[in-house]
Amino acid sequence: MSENKKVILDSKKLKLTINRLAFEVIENHISNISTSVVIGIQPRGVALASEIHKILEKNSNQNVKYGCLDITFFRDDFRRRSDVLIPKSTNLDFSLEGLNVILVDDVLFTGRSVRSALDALVSFGRPSSVELLVLINRRFSRELPIQPKYIGQSIDVIDDEYVVVNLDSLNNNVTLLDKKT
Amino acid sequence: MNHLSVSHLLGIKNLSKDDINLIFTIADSFKEVLRRPIKKVPSLRDVTIANLFFEASTRTRFSFELAQKRLSADVINFSSSSSSLSKGETLIDTANNILAMKVDMIVLRHACPGAAEFLSKHVNSVIINAGDGSHEHPTQALLDAYSIREKLGSVKNKKVLIIGDIKHSRVALSNIFCLQKLGAKVRVCGPSTLIPKFLHTLGVDISFNVEESIKWCDVANILRIQLERQKVNLFPSNREYAMLFGVNEHMINNLNKDILLMHPGPVNRGVEVTTGVIDSNNAIVLDQVENGVAIRMAILYLLSSKIKNK
Repeated sequence: MSENKKVILDSKKLKLTINRLAFEVIENHISNISTSVVIGIQPRGVALASEIHKILEKNSNQNVKYGCLDITFFRDDFRRRSDVLIPKSTNLDFSLEGLNVILVDDVLFTGRSVRSALDALVSFGRPSSVELLVLINRRFSRELPIQPKYIGQSIDVIDDEYVVVNLDSLNNNVTLLDKKT
Repeated sequence: MNHLSVSHLLGIKNLSKDDINLIFTIADSFKEVLRRPIKKVPSLRDVTIANLFFEASTRTRFSFELAQKRLSADVINFSSSSSSLSKGETLIDTANNILAMKVDMIVLRHACPGAAEFLSKHVNSVIINAGDGSHEHPTQALLDAYSIREKLGSVKNKKVLIIGDIKHSRVALSNIFCLQKLGAKVRVCGPSTLIPKFLHTLGVDISFNVEESIKWCDVANILRIQLERQKVNLFPSNREYAMLFGVNEHMINNLNKDILLMHPGPVNRGVEVTTGVIDSNNAIVLDQVENGVAIRMAILYLLSSKIKNK
């Protein structure tokens, strides 16, 4: 299958963007960073959340809580697809009661994953606030009224295009593909 | 693979090893859900389930009902004592009348072996067997194997001993199928009158010596003596059974290894097992009960995708 690839963020720009996102979080939460928690949405928000969490701890000199959240059981398309949704792990072994949650995902598209994540979060207590951090904000594609607070980059993408975020040591970049793979 | 190869859960015999492992994977996630402050997910919020229990049950019915409610399903309960069965209604008529009220899944317990399979062929609903006579009790076998996997890391190559009333036990048959599919070595032990003649055809070891078998095994699953299913006396007395086939502290203390002790409940203390053994740290009876809810949630979750749109 031939594909047209367009690099949106190369390795250097990606690093700068993630740093800038983390510092925006520090700026907003400098007084309450110890009661904040970074939560990555499974599967693709986890690597970004881990990076953000590392930068927060390093630059605030404080312990910041961290976890990952699977949203499978809260999705609104179960039994509307031919395949069964198989969950990933959730790792949140503390209560979210009264904490400031920074919810992290790689790409914000329709907003349905974030809606599911908001429902899943309250199973762990009532957070005092929830903020959404995304690396890529796909504009004009929202199906629900969801708006991120921290945005790496906003892009305009047509329906046939697919954003791929690579956050591994070999291949750190964000690319736009013309076909979903 | 991300779906079950079957549309109903009628018995372990119909499941593949991949099916069992998929159920375990999903159950792992539900076990984590059950540790949350709010232990409920909305996955089955548009599903209605009827629990048809034509035979007495406490833990299986509660476990199924809790699993269904944790998944946000709508649940209706039926017990034979308060039903129209006493007025002469057949099983199919009862089930079809309930299904006419737009029920999507049926959990069935019945005294007749094959009742769940029979119903699956005659009514348009997903059927889950919660025990059919002395035939199969698939969810119990799955939760038993899941508990072994949780405690010992794997079921493969583990030596599992099933002690007691094998003849009347649906738990024994389902456990044998499940454990063998997962690669365990299975031995049964009990009085010869409580070991059915066909059992050797399933490829299990048969022993009549409890003490020697306990030394052999990694896991001992102790079954209840089912006096209510015995139409004739198959052993002289409970006291004699306890003397010859009961598991006691002496047997466990003489081992030079730790073994897991399981029991599907309800326990007849002092008959098949002593209080000291069933209350010891090696016994995982309450872990089995806890895992039962997660396993049943996984089965309901996976089978709900098989519901035909009406």
